[in-house]
Amino acid sequence: MSRIGVFVCHCGENISRTVDVEQVAAAAGNIPGVAFSCDYKYMCSDPGQNLLKKAIAEHNLTGVVVAACSPRMHEKTFRKAAGAAGLNPYVCEMANIREHCSWVHENREMATAKASDIVHLMVERVKKGKSLAPITVPVTKKALVIGGGIAGIQAALDIADAGHQVLVVEREPSIGGHMAQLSETFPTLDCSQCIMTPKMVDVANHPNITLYSYSEIEKVEGYIGNFQVTVRKKARSVDESKCTGCGVCIAKCPKKKIPNEFDQGHGMRSAIYVPFPQAVPNTPVIDRENCTMFQSGKCGVCAKVCGPGAVDYQQEDTLTVESIGAIVVATGFKLYSIDRKPEGSMIQGYGEFGYGTIPDIVDGMTFERLASASGPTGGKILRPSDGKEPKQIVFIQCVGSRAREKGISYCSKICCMYTAKHTMLYHHKVHDGQAYVFFMDARTPGKGYDEFWRRAVEEEEAVYIRGMVSRMYQKGDKIIVMGSDTLVGVQVEIEADMVVLATAVQPQEGADLLAQKLGISYDKYNFYSEAHAKLKPVECATAGIYLAGACQGPKDIPDTVSQASAAAAKVMTLFAKDQLERDPVVAKVNEKYCVGCFACKKVCPYGAIEEKEIKDRQGNVVKVIAYVNPGVCGGCGTCQATCPSKTVELDGYTDEQIMAMIETL
Amino acid sequence: MHAEQVKHDFEPKVVAFVCTWCTYAGADLAGTSRMQYPPNVRVLKFPCTGRIDPVFILRAFQKGADGVLVSGCHPGDCHYMAGNFHARRRFAAFRALLDFVGVDLNRLQFSWVSAAEGGKWVEVVTELTERVRGMGPMKEFKELELEEQWSASLSTPELKAAYDSIT
Ligand SMILES: Cc1cc2nc3c(=O)[nH]c(=O)nc-3n(C[C@H](O)[C@H](O)[C@H](O)COP(=O)(O)OP(=O)(O)OC[C@H]3O[C@@H](n4cnc5c(N)ncnc54)[C@H](O)[C@@H]3O)c2cc1C
Ligand code: SF4
Ligand code: SF4
Repeated sequence: MSRIGVFVCHCGENISRTVDVEQVAAAAGNIPGVAFSCDYKYMCSDPGQNLLKKAIAEHNLTGVVVAACSPRMHEKTFRKAAGAAGLNPYVCEMANIREHCSWVHENREMATAKASDIVHLMVERVKKGKSLAPITVPVTKKALVIGGGIAGIQAALDIADAGHQVLVVEREPSIGGHMAQLSETFPTLDCSQCIMTPKMVDVANHPNITLYSYSEIEKVEGYIGNFQVTVRKKARSVDESKCTGCGVCIAKCPKKKIPNEFDQGHGMRSAIYVPFPQAVPNTPVIDRENCTMFQSGKCGVCAKVCGPGAVDYQQEDTLTVESIGAIVVATGFKLYSIDRKPEGSMIQGYGEFGYGTIPDIVDGMTFERLASASGPTGGKILRPSDGKEPKQIVFIQCVGSRAREKGISYCSKICCMYTAKHTMLYHHKVHDGQAYVFFMDARTPGKGYDEFWRRAVEEEEAVYIRGMVSRMYQKGDKIIVMGSDTLVGVQVEIEADMVVLATAVQPQEGADLLAQKLGISYDKYNFYSEAHAKLKPVECATAGIYLAGACQGPKDIPDTVSQASAAAAKVMTLFAKDQLERDPVVAKVNEKYCVGCFACKKVCPYGAIEEKEIKDRQGNVVKVIAYVNPGVCGGCGTCQATCPSKTVELDGYTDEQIMAMIETL
Repeated sequence: MHAEQVKHDFEPKVVAFVCTWCTYAGADLAGTSRMQYPPNVRVLKFPCTGRIDPVFILRAFQKGADGVLVSGCHPGDCHYMAGNFHARRRFAAFRALLDFVGVDLNRLQFSWVSAAEGGKWVEVVTELTERVRGMGPMKEFKELELEEQWSASLSTPELKAAYDSIT
């Protein structure tokens, strides 16, 4: 006979305000099999947990239901407490009467009735629950970092410095991400290259880091501590082991007029190229779409001039499978573009700004390249259309951001600050020029941030106009900017030579596809979701996967680096153990009843189901049945719902448990 | 979203079978965001919609559910990679069967609610609750339940004996 204890939490007032907790505890006491029930102000507090432990001992409880917040919040806490009191942790369950009840209903009578029902469901579930022994699995102490921007670089260096192997997979030919493109950085105006390049070189030289550049994640299998990751190394057409990085091929390539992505299309590169001089690795890559050799079979100059014979037109993509213990996702962001958007996209373009057809309306990243000493203009602010120095420049903040009608309602967080930076850089370079900024608000929380912004306004003579721009059009060689100053309440019209748009930060192209490979969740914009907005900001809900940088939400460099180091610390905590306990929610086959139809094997997404031969004493095979490899089983239960004879069962979610719950309805 | 929750003459029973990773978390988010919805729904958590056996839905109807919701991750987002695809295929067949036996399919709703879609959870639950409220109680299966003893509970001695006799 079960002896279940039910503990109803007030959660301060969070639950008791709408749910009559005393009544719920009293009702629980009347459920057959419940030996003890009570209510308490804060179950998760130390006295609350002690109350639970004491009751387990005193009333000889065989199972426990804590009616409180979501199990996603405190299941671990209470299972640990129950375990400490000698109970099997898996016969401790939570009835979610906060997130699923008190917080979402106002009618006290109905909310109380619902809370009692939820408790009853869980009591029946625990009554049929079995003691489970946690499964221990080994931890592979090798981390994978996806994305080689500042987030990925920081995380990789931290983990590698702690003595663990790290694999960095970067999609582009070089690591560096967006930070490598920046000129100076707020809030101190450090030169971005100067603080970034040494870190990139450290990644290349670190004995514990293996860099897969120009590579992508093909497939991810397994689980925390034991992932199997397939990496696709795209064909570079240059053998990295032979190339010395001398650059002769680049100099001799006859195809030189290709817009350089690194300079936002404003500089030129050849068909065989390194994206920028400080690239890591410093190995060129052939852009096959623009290479004459690949397009017409004629040329081959680079192969001829390459001393060590590193150019290889026949090179193919290669796939490598790696055993990985933890994954840090650091795939960063892309910038919103004001172009006309494809049919069906939730993001709208800006027809009022000419849909990207006016050449001297550029985005913030282009401005960074123009201001950068290594950029296409050698650091001079010159406008793209005719190379003239703009004397009147207009910056517009919140383009795409905080604009629900354009499809994005969030704030991109970094634009107020980098626009202030841009006005300063402009003022330092064009002394007789005037910068105007259209803004909705100046959002500058952060150490030294408001001071930085004030400097732009008070000392660097930028004119800030509060209001949005309603229309822009080309008139002769000027851009007419029409907007309103909402503080003064007048219409403003500026004849600008150049306009810089602080466009919204969006998740990286293909972020959703990568998430699907990893099995992690993402929001409607494709930013990756953390396990808890406040208390688990770097963990994914999927164990063993961590987030760093702008892939989780818009972030500046200080925040990105902090998060990356935090993610690295989480990986190190994991790697501090040789063995890992994982939830024993895995399927088991009842060998007696299995008829060997292998319907389960066909549906198992993990390939966990193997064929097992049952032999008689003479060693003759009498039947072949299904066997679930507990190390591989992910615990989805699809096999159980599929099995026609119901002989494979998922521990913790047995038919018996679920039916018992349904019986209470 | 502060709809006054008053008791109606008919309060339907709505049962939701949801997966832990997406919809359960989405419902949590609705809670943390203090969104309001009708208190008629009872949530049963599964690791994955792939675990949800159609028998559970039948049983829920028999035990008095007036509406059933099955909700998991969006196609492609399954935590277990493909569990929700299997679920989708299984439920497509199951719906046809229910239709055949004369169950009004308006009582059975499938949806995808992700961990970030607290608002969508509220919408789906509210819609289903109000729809079945309008349809009135579902009687067909409850009457069946009265007529014969349900045999799906695996612990009946008869069933155990029957199983043991095969081997
Ligand atoms: C115009 C502008 C100015 C800025 N100025 C400043 C400033 O002054 N100060 C400041 O603090 N911040 C500034 N920022 C913000 C700063 O750029 C970001 O905080 C920082 O770059 C975020 O780093 P990250 O590593 O998360 O992302 P990213 O820099 O975007 O790096 C992501 C990396 O992952 C790679 N990647 C993407 N997808 C995949 C995939 N599927 N597989 C493998 N690799 C992948 C990308 O190629 C890239 O290398 C500015 C941003 C902009 C747009
Ligand atoms: S589906 Fe069931 S009976 Fe068939 S092999 Fe798998 S466990 Fe055995
Ligand atoms: S529960 Fe079944 S289907 Fe799911 S991973 Fe485990 S063995 Fe495979």
